[in-house]
Amino acid sequence: MAERPRRDASDVPETPASGEPAAPAPEAPEESGNRLLSTLRGMLLPALALLAAFAVGAIVIVISDFDLLGQWGSDPIGAIGASWSAIMATYGALLRGSIGDPGALFGALFSADWEALRRAFGPLSETIVSATPLILTGLSVALAFRVGLFNIGAEGQLYIGSLFAVIAGFSLVGLPWFIHLPIAVGAGFLGGALWGFIPGLLKARTGAHEVIVTIMLNFVALNLIGWALKTELVQREGRSDAISKIVEPTALIPALVQGLRAHWGIVIALLAAVAVWWLLFRSTKGFEFRAVGFNPRAARYAGMSIAWSTVLSMVAAGGLAGLAGTAVILGGSGTLSPGFSPGYGFDGIVVALVGATRPLGVVAAAFLFGALRAGATPMQAATGTPIDLVVIIQALVIMFIAAPALVRAIFRIRAERRTAEVFAKGWGS
Amino acid sequence: MTAAAAAHVMTRAERRLRTRQRILGIVYLLLAVAMVLGFGVSVADDASSSFGLTAPTAPIALPNLVIPSATTAYLLAAVVAFAGAVQLTRGFGTRGAIVLGLVAFAFVFAFLTWVAAGQSMNLTGLLETTVQRSVPIAFGALSGVLCERSGVINIAIEGMLLSGAFVAAVVTSAFDNPWLGMLSAVVMGGLLGGLLAVLAIRYRVDQIIAGFFINIFVTGLTAFLSVRLLQPYQDELNRPERLGPIAIPILSDIPILGPVLFNHNIFVYLLFGLIAVVHFGLFYTRWGLRVRAVGEHPKAADTVGVNVYWVRYTNVILGGMVAGLGGAFFTIGSTGGFEREMTAGRGFIGLAAMIFGGWNPIGGFLAALVFGFADAIQSRLSILSIAIPSEFLLMVPYIVTIIVVAGLVGRARAPAADGKPYVKE
Repeated sequence: MAERPRRDASDVPETPASGEPAAPAPEAPEESGNRLLSTLRGMLLPALALLAAFAVGAIVIVISDFDLLGQWGSDPIGAIGASWSAIMATYGALLRGSIGDPGALFGALFSADWEALRRAFGPLSETIVSATPLILTGLSVALAFRVGLFNIGAEGQLYIGSLFAVIAGFSLVGLPWFIHLPIAVGAGFLGGALWGFIPGLLKARTGAHEVIVTIMLNFVALNLIGWALKTELVQREGRSDAISKIVEPTALIPALVQGLRAHWGIVIALLAAVAVWWLLFRSTKGFEFRAVGFNPRAARYAGMSIAWSTVLSMVAAGGLAGLAGTAVILGGSGTLSPGFSPGYGFDGIVVALVGATRPLGVVAAAFLFGALRAGATPMQAATGTPIDLVVIIQALVIMFIAAPALVRAIFRIRAERRTAEVFAKGWGS
Repeated sequence: MTAAAAAHVMTRAERRLRTRQRILGIVYLLLAVAMVLGFGVSVADDASSSFGLTAPTAPIALPNLVIPSATTAYLLAAVVAFAGAVQLTRGFGTRGAIVLGLVAFAFVFAFLTWVAAGQSMNLTGLLETTVQRSVPIAFGALSGVLCERSGVINIAIEGMLLSGAFVAAVVTSAFDNPWLGMLSAVVMGGLLGGLLAVLAIRYRVDQIIAGFFINIFVTGLTAFLSVRLLQPYQDELNRPERLGPIAIPILSDIPILGPVLFNHNIFVYLLFGLIAVVHFGLFYTRWGLRVRAVGEHPKAADTVGVNVYWVRYTNVILGGMVAGLGGAFFTIGSTGGFEREMTAGRGFIGLAAMIFGGWNPIGGFLAALVFGFADAIQSRLSILSIAIPSEFLLMVPYIVTIIVVAGLVGRARAPAADGKPYVKE
């Protein structure tokens, strides 16, 4: 929210005074032999952050259990055991709900019994279902980060994208699937792109801070969806609540394996990751994007257009978020209702941060958080621990990742100049 | 002087001002047309709008204000059109803001007349609801002003409100004492403010990410605890006593103004008091000068001996306390029990109000009133059965904020060092 004051599109945002020791160039040439080592080192901090977050989550589990707290008073030794088993039960259920029971998995693989296989791979399939939108929103946020923009608006872009996709899905009738599905998916991208274009254009033309504009546009999008779902065009016949018509079967994304919920949307997401990687690291435009994000002043003196990069990257980021909603809707129920997203757009920020804004990292982080999301519901069913534990853990991961100094202090690691590279840029200003 | 010569002497800034002035003039004219078509032509010629001016409990009853609907709309449209014509040709200069306010008022009044055409609407009740709805927004805006004037961005207002709502409900229920509940909400908000301050100042975490973290964390934690604790122990932990309205003697008997301003619960009076104190403090005391200096140019402030970190820590903690107090309003000040995510984005509207109000306590309050008004009308739409989707009214605060941030109608200016960590050399 720093850069609102009178500023021309032609003005260059100042490089903010950042907290961490000034980071070196984002992609400084590395000794090829050290590459693996440095990748591992880069993963250390997110891994420790996760560890710390799960540890705090465990404390929350114990503290919020009144019976356990009572036991601490009367029987401290027994309470330690009881706390430990409560934590293990919760995290165990989370794991079983997201990956499955290892024993059952192996048994099913060798039994060749279709029903057993289906049941054993059910949790993994759910993880894939949850990871699909997270990859896309994570890519959306990561792409914008690379250009120095903080896209908090993935949630709104996701909704507008879904609306477009659904309308394309139910209003075109009689097309074969290989024409209809691409059109519907393209419409979803277009809707999101449109919702990303607005903050991009305003930032480029007037300097309006994208964080504020995207926060506000999220709420506008939610209300717009609430209204659109009650118009005659979109609302399902015979319903009075806000729900859309069901898309034609030809616009549905088919399942990967018959009988499981995982669908080809994951392939779309992975292709998008490859596309973003290519765009950022192999194309001229991507080079400009990263240059603008790293040092706008230098980029401008090199003749690059900051305004153009801003608009273009926000359009692409919005489109990716739109695809996320599209994949959820077309790969699932085929109908849009308000509140169908449990915050995929916001989770995308966590995913992008944990994935260090690299496409491969984003994919890995999305699977991790997809697993958390997928495991949360069975966890609540099995142990009674509310699914919101996952939200708490995600929040803590953000904090630990964003404050590397904090993690270093906890685990007593020496300051490492390179690890903080992404976070030292100060997206806020 | 010919036009060409005049254009030649004009500087770039002047030209831009002139363009903006013309755009505004055209907008006024379009508004006037919209008023004629939307609020005038569309109602029956003989319809009249009746506005109730008395609250049900008032000792002095006023007669209803009855006005012809269409004629009123035409008259107000004429006023707006005149303003547009003057704005287009010669502009209002320094009085532009007043004219803008008048135009907005005319438009809103014409809208209300249209809404009430052929039926009756209680204007006093509407304004009373407006104040109620704007209370948490105004607390949020005030919290934002305190933080951002010292140079720390606070987008965690939403989380602070939510935490205040939760803690107030639980403590009030557990100890049967709303005052203790209110106090603990303030402390809770202060703790979150402290957390934001430590992350932003000590660890120099990007302030937007730090605020974002607090929002998600509080959302998750309160939802988690409400499933885990509030549901099984509903009676013990989530049945808070509520703070009822206190009618201020004499003042509350004033027609219209009395019920609207002086018959609320303690939160509203605390809000009025805090706004006055913070406004005076920020702009008329040594403390305020220091805070503003730290927010605009921390290095200069440091050079003359102001402790930048101290100022920022205290302000962010104070901001958190104000937001925590505002959060308590949701439970012990209005509905009672805590529900998950019950703040429903009010913290972000508070942020919007702060920007719309130009980082100024009174401005933030006025903006909160505008947003509260949109909310109040929205809540009555279903009763009045008119043909405007409530979603569009709910969008108003957000769209207005985007317009303001983009500088389409004058630009709000943030403190220069807002969001930038300060590193002492």
